Formats: sequence, C-alpha cells, structure tokens
Amino acid sequence: MISTQNIRFAYGKGAQFNFPDIAVQSGESLLITGGSGKGKTTLLHLFGGLLRPQSGQVLIEGTGLASLSEKKLDRFRGTNIGLVLQQAYFVSSLNVLENVVLASWLATGKQANDKARQLLQELDLTDHLYKLPSQLSIGQQQRVSIARALINQPKLLLADEPTSSLDDDNAFRVADMLAHLAKQYGSALIIVTHDQRLKDRFPNQISL
Amino acid sequence: MITKIAWKNIWFKPLNTALSIILLTASVAIITLLILLDEQFEKKFNANIDGIDMVLGAQGSPLQLILSSVYQVDAPTGNIDYAEAKTWMHSPMVKSAIPLAFGDNYHGYRIVGTTPEYLTKYGAELKDGKVFNKNFEVVVGSEIAQNLGIKVGDKFFGSHGDAAEGELHEDHAYHVTGIASPTGKVVDNLILCNVPSVWAMHDHEHAGAEGHTESTEEGHEHDGHAEAVADTHEHEDHDHEAHAEGEEHDHEHEEVGISEEGKEITAVLIQFRGKMGFITWPRLVAQNTRMQAASPAREINRLFTLFGIGLDALQYLAYGIMLISGISIFIALYNTLKERKYEFALLRVNGASRLQLLLLVLIESLLLCITGFIFGTIVGRVALSLISGSSESEFKISFNPLEFVWEKEGYLLELTIFVGILAAVIPAVKAYSLNISKTLANA
Repeated sequence: MISTQNIRFAYGKGAQFNFPDIAVQSGESLLITGGSGKGKTTLLHLFGGLLRPQSGQVLIEGTGLASLSEKKLDRFRGTNIGLVLQQAYFVSSLNVLENVVLASWLATGKQANDKARQLLQELDLTDHLYKLPSQLSIGQQQRVSIARALINQPKLLLADEPTSSLDDDNAFRVADMLAHLAKQYGSALIIVTHDQRLKDRFPNQISL
Repeated sequence: MITKIAWKNIWFKPLNTALSIILLTASVAIITLLILLDEQFEKKFNANIDGIDMVLGAQGSPLQLILSSVYQVDAPTGNIDYAEAKTWMHSPMVKSAIPLAFGDNYHGYRIVGTTPEYLTKYGAELKDGKVFNKNFEVVVGSEIAQNLGIKVGDKFFGSHGDAAEGELHEDHAYHVTGIASPTGKVVDNLILCNVPSVWAMHDHEHAGAEGHTESTEEGHEHDGHAEAVADTHEHEDHDHEAHAEGEEHDHEHEEVGISEEGKEITAVLIQFRGKMGFITWPRLVAQNTRMQAASPAREINRLFTLFGIGLDALQYLAYGIMLISGISIFIALYNTLKERKYEFALLRVNGASRLQLLLLVLIESLLLCITGFIFGTIVGRVALSLISGSSESEFKISFNPLEFVWEKEGYLLELTIFVGILAAVIPAVKAYSLNISKTLANA
C-alpha cells in the first residue's frame, strides 16, 4: 500500500505544489485527474521516488522514501514500484522478451525468463517475443511496458497517461489489463491522466 | 548482463561501430607491424654481424660492401686482389679471417666461395653429408635445400652473376656434398664452395668463351686492371706469394690450373683479437691499399638511423589514426546519448543505479577498443607475413608473424584501453548524472 502526508514540491522558485494526502491499499486503484500544469506527472514522480518532496512523506509498505539513499532508492524503485509511461521507452537494441527480463535482472539480479513469458502471454504478446520494440504498434508497446512494470510484482504500479496516445479500443484494453493485473499481483495502482475515457472505468478518483 | 546490453547496443548501430573498429584496427595494425618489424629486423640484422668486426673489400660505398658481403643482398662493390688481402688477413691483430668470392648463382641463390670456417661462424652444422674440400664440391643452405629439393649427391650447373637468368656455366657441374642445418641467418640461403672453385669456373670461362659480351664487373677485372693491381703489389708480399705458389703447385697441374697469383676475391670477413683494429684499420687500409675496411656494426647503425626516420613517421601516423578513432568513438557515443537518454532514464526507473549506467557506456567503448585491438593485432600479423613473403624472395629475409612482443604490445593494449576510457568519459558522466524525472516529464 501507499500513503502520503502533506507533500509539497516546487521547481526552483516557480509554482509551489501542495498535494492532497492519498492512501491506496494493495489491489485497489486510484485515478488522479487534472488539467495540464496541475502537477500530475510531478506527483507521480514523487510517488515513484524519481523526485524528492520538499516536505512531507511518501510511505510505501511502511518505508519512507525520504529515508533512502540514492542507491537504495534505485534498488527500492526497481523491486517495489512499476512504472508505465505515456510513451513507452525501451532499450532499443534488445528484443521484447529481453527488455522485460532486463527489468527483473536490474531489480533482483536474477533473470525471470519464465515469468516474463507468462506475463507477455497474458498481455497477448506471445507472437512478438523476439521482435524489437520499434517493430511493434504503439498499443503493443504500451502492453510490453505493462509487462515490464509488473515483472517484479511491485507493491505499487504507477501509470502516467498510459492511454492518451491510444485509440478507443486500445485505450480500454490497456486500462482493463492494468486494472486486472494490478489486482492479480496485489499491487496498488495509481493512474494520472486527463483522458476522459478512463473516468468511467475507475470509480476511485481524485482531482487536482 | 550490462556487458550483454553493451554488446547488443554497439551492434545496433553497425555503421558507427564499423567505422570506429576499422579506424582502431588500422592504427593497431600499423603499430603492431612496426613493433614486430623493429624487433625482428634488428634481431635478424644483428645476428648476422655477430663475430664480424670488419669487412675488407673493394672501395665504394661501405654500406654496399656490408650489405653485399654480410647480408648477401646488394651487388658487390668490386673485387680485391687475393694476395694483397692475404697480408691483412695474416695480421697479428686478426683472430679469424674468412675470404668470400662471389661468382655464380643457382636459381637466384648465390654460390659463394669461402672456407668451411664460414659455416661455423654462423653456427651452421652439417645436417647431412660432409663439408666441401675439393673444387666444385658445395654445401647447400638448409632453406635452399628445402625449397629446391636438393639432396647430397646432386649435381647442378650455376649461372653467372647474381641473376638466375645469367649465362649458364655448363663446363663444370657443382657437386653437392653436404646440406647445412638451419640457422635463421644468411647462410641458410647460400650455396658454399671453396674459393678455387669460383676461380676455376671463371678461368675456364675466359679461356673457352673469349668473345662473350656480358660485361660484369668480374669479367672486366679479370681482363683488365686486376692483373695490374697484382703486379704492383707483388713486391710487397713476396713471401706470401712464394708460399702460396708452393702450396698451389700441385693444383697447377690439374686440368684448370689454379694459381693464386692475380686471383681475386670479393671480400674478407675479419674478427679482431683486441679493440685496436676497430680504430686503426679503416684508416690504414684506406691509406695503403685500394681496398676499404668497413665496420658492419657502424654501417647497420647508420642504416637503422635512415630507416628510423621513416618508421617514426609511420608511427606518428598510426598514433594519429588512433586519436581519430578515439574521437570517432566519442562522437558516436555522444550523438546517441540524446536518443538514449530515455533509455537510460528507463533503466534507472527499473532499478539500475547511476554506476551501472556509467559502466554501460564505458563497456560499450571498451568493447569497441578491444575488438579493434584484436583485429588490429591479427591484421598487423597478416601484413607482416605478406611482407615476409616478398622480403623472403627479394632479400632472403623472413619474419615470423606469430612472434609476440609482449611488453610493447602490452603497452599498445593499455594505450588502446586508455583511448577507449577517454572517449567514454564525457558521455558516461552525462549518463551518470542524468535527471530522470526531468527526462521523463519532458517526453
């Protein structure tokens, strides 16, 4: 589970963000909406430990991110947090399977080959295991990044605009898979988006 | 795993990679070639002048005299009077003196008239048969025996002069009595006989083929001034002369009638007892005779100095190419950094540490360098074996491409790795200090 208390953040001397406290239990999901400039992505990066808040606390499974050193945070992020971004990035020289396996190796030092295959199968990507990411469609790439985010069974699954570059069919498909797999792996799912299509899909919402 | 990613990454951009590797290969190949040539050339050259302190020969270029009489690569400077040379050969300063008389060749291999001492000088033993002692008996160098398939008991005719196409001496056949053991020195590529064989071969030629038009130096000197030289010096060494004549008396009744009187040889290899000869001989010989005394060590040094300028230039060129390949790796890494920063951010999100990113970039560069080094080492050796092939046929000097000069090539490897690290430093530090949040937010 993840909970936050009084997080504040500012870029230099610019706008100050005060974020509402949230708490999401394992297997539950939360949709955070808001227009651009409201700090949606910033908040997500704070949850994921990519940014550190000026004040306030982010607790994931009882661990305060602020207390971790840079190196420990990298490791913690690898094992406990899965991230799905608006645009899917990959190590472009590695194939789909290798990209997913790489995430398991970076986090745990072990190469979870079977698990990666199983996950990719659940995401309907069995035919594309040995293709390079650049050979896939955007919808398929997004599904690969879901597989990669889930390979380490993270406590927290963060998704930043996961559907906004997809058409309706793919958007719903990706949203369904995210919700379904997060529940199956017992991860707390937080999605930030301005995508109106998702508002009906996730009942638990807050707006910035 | 990092290494695997690095490996996949460098082959993901095959053109960049190929360029970097080709440049590195070129520079490493040139430097390796130079290292091997330098090492082996000097070793080969110095092995051949072991125990030869001075060479006595006809006036002319001292370097030419050394090259012709010690290394058997150049044409002789001319001939010297044997009787006159003998006075110097018997000087108390001299420990050993080996006469050389060039005349014929067999398939381009020189037939040299000398004494059996020549074989021991170069550490050659007889692998087969016995040493020459009668006229027209020859000992064949190991390499010739192998190349031409010559065995003890074979007979062959020599051709006049240095060129394989020279006039054939069909009157006398050489008779192979021995095969020398391999030494790695010039003797492997020579056919050795006694000095009178050379004289006999050519005396007969002049008697039999009076009007032949081929105008070699030898031909001239036999006919012309050589006789005069013999005359003018006759009074100087009459006791030797007398002695020699007595010795040769029996031979004169033989069919060709060989007398040392007025006979010529090409050069004498001298080894001194003390240091005095080194200093005094060149001047003494030049002042008192029409011969010259040249020091092989000094001439070879001079030759290396001349070579050295060219080799140095080539070496600078190679280091220049290495610098360029370093820059090429740097540009390749730096350019891809822009598109790869998302990749790096992603690796960080997936739990990679900063250090792992730094290593990734560094390893990519090192993989290029080490691949280039390995290729360069191989290409350098292939080039050496090609050079060896042509120098073998032209100068009878061969190089061993499989020799490793560990010390210098070790330095070269270190240098290559250093170039690799240097080229990767800036891109690696950039990857190390990447702000992942900013990178991903601006996507």
